[in-house]
Amino acid sequence: MSARVADGVLIIAATFFLALFLAVLPLPEWAAAWRPAWVAMVLVYWCMALPERVGVGTGWLIGLLLDALHATPLGQNAAALAIAAYVTAKNYRRLRLFPVVQQALWVGLMISVNALLTWWVRGIRGLEADPGYYWLPVLTSMLLWPWVFLVLSEARRRYAAP
Amino acid sequence: MKSLFSEGPALGFRLTALLLASLLLMTLDHRYDRLEPVRSVLSVVVYPLRYLVHLPVILTDWSSESLVTRRSLTDENHRLRRQNLLLKTRSQRYAALEAENVRLRELLESSVELGDRVLAADVVAMELGSPTREMLLNKGSRHGVYRGQPIIDGNGVVGQVVHVNPISSTALLITDSSHALPVQVVRSGVRAVATGTGSGDALDLAYVAPNADVKPGDLIVTSGMDGRFPAGYPVGAVGEVSLDPNEPFARIRAQTSAKLGQIREVLLVWTTEPKDGRGTPPAERVVQR
Repeated sequence: MSARVADGVLIIAATFFLALFLAVLPLPEWAAAWRPAWVAMVLVYWCMALPERVGVGTGWLIGLLLDALHATPLGQNAAALAIAAYVTAKNYRRLRLFPVVQQALWVGLMISVNALLTWWVRGIRGLEADPGYYWLPVLTSMLLWPWVFLVLSEARRRYAAP
Repeated sequence: MKSLFSEGPALGFRLTALLLASLLLMTLDHRYDRLEPVRSVLSVVVYPLRYLVHLPVILTDWSSESLVTRRSLTDENHRLRRQNLLLKTRSQRYAALEAENVRLRELLESSVELGDRVLAADVVAMELGSPTREMLLNKGSRHGVYRGQPIIDGNGVVGQVVHVNPISSTALLITDSSHALPVQVVRSGVRAVATGTGSGDALDLAYVAPNADVKPGDLIVTSGMDGRFPAGYPVGAVGEVSLDPNEPFARIRAQTSAKLGQIREVLLVWTTEPKDGRGTPPAERVVQR
């Protein structure tokens, strides 16, 4: 049992590492605006699949790392991801029964929360940006969710406790 | 297996606590600038990730350097030697001019500020797709980098350091929409503030009177009025000038001389002597210019 739990921690950490990697991977300027919110997607998946292991605290810490990576005010992504983790962990039983399209809508909603918070914080700091910068990731994340879901469930089935 | 209902209120409590913590962090970070140590620790934690992202570039550089023929190396050597000769000749002339400049300034009893110290740094990561335009450099406080330090490259001004940790630092580019840089038009001496637009290599020249003498193609350089950037480094060239008599200021676009999207190496500049205190603008400098 304990070895299995350790495996679970390992695969969870690995997926988050990969998500953070994809979040800072340099992209050409036209494509960068379309970059999906990888970290938020992975977090939503784990909160849904293993809510007793990945929750609000994990989301907050990962968000803090994302803040350090993106040089946003410390706490901005942390707050957004903590909210997403909370709402997802609250509703995980319902979410597991959703068809994948409905799950994708949920993911879009979670990333919209993130976008809204980013928009507010940037507004408070007096910085303007193209609205596409906030809302394009919502779209691409929703479109990519079925594949992310497939890959992550396969990884969970193979390496973590079912 | 835990009971399904055991963590209902605990979860809500944790969320509230963490949200309050985030709010506190954001306020401290943005309003009071107190979180540099925390940020620097976190940046060190995520630096391996940054390095991993940068690894392909390092590998291609390495392989293109080590997998070349002797012929192309000698060719390059020739070319570089010729270029070196050319630059040396030019710098000889520059030395004479510098000496003359010092002498004239002494006649005018003005301060002498020449010979900036520089340090080369590699660009590890670049963030250009978002409204913020930043880059990560592989030199940090261990190498003496400080906040607010000017950054240039071979063509002109690039930006300034905003966050430092022991092994790396983050720099804001001059095209970031929150960056402003006091500049001067070389031909006419008109002063302006170059603000970033957040797109391409474009700058806006703000606070220029509609009747000011600014023409497309004019070279703009740093004016040194901020006491942070040394005066006289090229910033860019004036692009289009549109004058509307009803507007209080002219609308002027400029193009940066540094190709910000393609930079691989930059130079960090030390302008003040260490005894002046790092990063603090010496007050008399502004007055004397």
